[in-house]
Amino acid sequence: MGVTCPAGTDLDTYWATLKEGRSAAGPITRFDATILPEPFRFACEVPDFDVSPYLDFKEARHADRATQLGLAAAMDALADAGGDALTGATDPARCGVYVGSGVGGLMTLEREDRNLFEKGSSRVSPYLVPMMMANATAGTVGLKLGWTGPNLCVTTACAAGTHAIGEGALMIRYGAADVVLAGGTEACNTPLAMSAFGRMGALSSRVDDPTRASRPFDPDRDGFVMGEGSGILLLEEWDHAVARGARIWGEILGYARNSDAFHITAPAPGGGGAAACMQLALADAGLEPGDIAHVNAHGTSTPLNDASEASAIVKVFGERSVPVTSGKGVTGHLVAGAGAIEAVAVLLSLRDGVVPHTANHEREDPDLGIDVVSGAPREVAPGPAVSNSFGFGGHNASVVLGPGPAPAT
Amino acid sequence: MEREAVLSGLADVAVELLGVDRDQITEDARFVEDLDVDSLGLVEFVMAVEDRFDVKVPEERLDGIATIGQAADLVLEMAGTPAG
Repeated sequence: MGVTCPAGTDLDTYWATLKEGRSAAGPITRFDATILPEPFRFACEVPDFDVSPYLDFKEARHADRATQLGLAAAMDALADAGGDALTGATDPARCGVYVGSGVGGLMTLEREDRNLFEKGSSRVSPYLVPMMMANATAGTVGLKLGWTGPNLCVTTACAAGTHAIGEGALMIRYGAADVVLAGGTEACNTPLAMSAFGRMGALSSRVDDPTRASRPFDPDRDGFVMGEGSGILLLEEWDHAVARGARIWGEILGYARNSDAFHITAPAPGGGGAAACMQLALADAGLEPGDIAHVNAHGTSTPLNDASEASAIVKVFGERSVPVTSGKGVTGHLVAGAGAIEAVAVLLSLRDGVVPHTANHEREDPDLGIDVVSGAPREVAPGPAVSNSFGFGGHNASVVLGPGPAPAT
Repeated sequence: MEREAVLSGLADVAVELLGVDRDQITEDARFVEDLDVDSLGLVEFVMAVEDRFDVKVPEERLDGIATIGQAADLVLEMAGTPAG
């Protein structure tokens, strides 16, 4: 597993930050934020990210930040999974890549769009297309590794990270690959995207108190906080992993995806689509709701998402019957990166038997009826967990993750 | 425009875009073989050169331009014609 996210660019830092519940939100440094309305001038940025261990000077110039962050997470995931020992033991044609993206290289697109209108068509970079395309990260990861197996990108907005992990697992289940680097990446903390999300009313306007702005399931939530970053998991066919003595973080027990078919951006009231998605994922895993030890929610901190998701959780599990957490109080919303870093958090939870609390969840919202882990991390009984992601477009994704085998003693 | 000044300017552009060492930029340095510039890289290089010297390089004139020295010749020739 690898992460390059606002809460850390290595697993230990990410996990520690989540358990501290320390928000990564702060003033925007990646562009001159005065172009934005004052209430939206904050975000969760990846601090001190150095791409030089992963790409040389020229490659880095021709990779959007989303690709840089995604490639770094992918390479870290590969190293974590055994690096050369893994690649040496695997046919490159059996190695796949499945990386989700919401909007591709938007920072690059916005820069070149300015060039077009200010300087003319002849000043548009010939690298714009390979830098902005949503599949750039998947392609770059395959290229860097020489992996010639299936290589795909899923573009389902905020659900893309979870979709990529689920679809990557299906690739393995269907026998198309033995190893898949799967996850999501995003860097749409840009002037245009933040203006647009702001215009939709989707962003928190708590600029006076940014670290308390992303507050999933809290009654005072007022929108999400824009994040950036990536999470990538190395998925591997079980016997293949066992045969090479791999350290196994956990198991993808079930996966489902469906659609609200209700509204292009608003979740269906009552969370019917999301509930059905979780039920389908549980069925895929052969599990009952009572088997699930915790839910890692999409929990964006928008009034609508959190209400709808809470309804869905109550529908599937009953009222206050399963601990629910959201990491977005710490990380902000990484769009396609979100589901991927959250799957990583779930696997760390399964390792330690601890669910991080939902940062900034200060009061219970009496309308929601769910048991939000608040105030401090909570020890939970060992057992599988559900991780949800929902995207504009009505896309729902749920994955059921189980713990790995106990370490040999 | 002096040839020395053009070569020095080309070296500036190459260092900035390609991350190469300045001493790699000789008259004989070949874009593809020595500087690892692909077709997109060449377009980007020409764009930066045009901006640097305020010249316009017609695309059809790029055929046969394989080395830094040939690029310098072309810039000098284009600088003799009105830019734009």
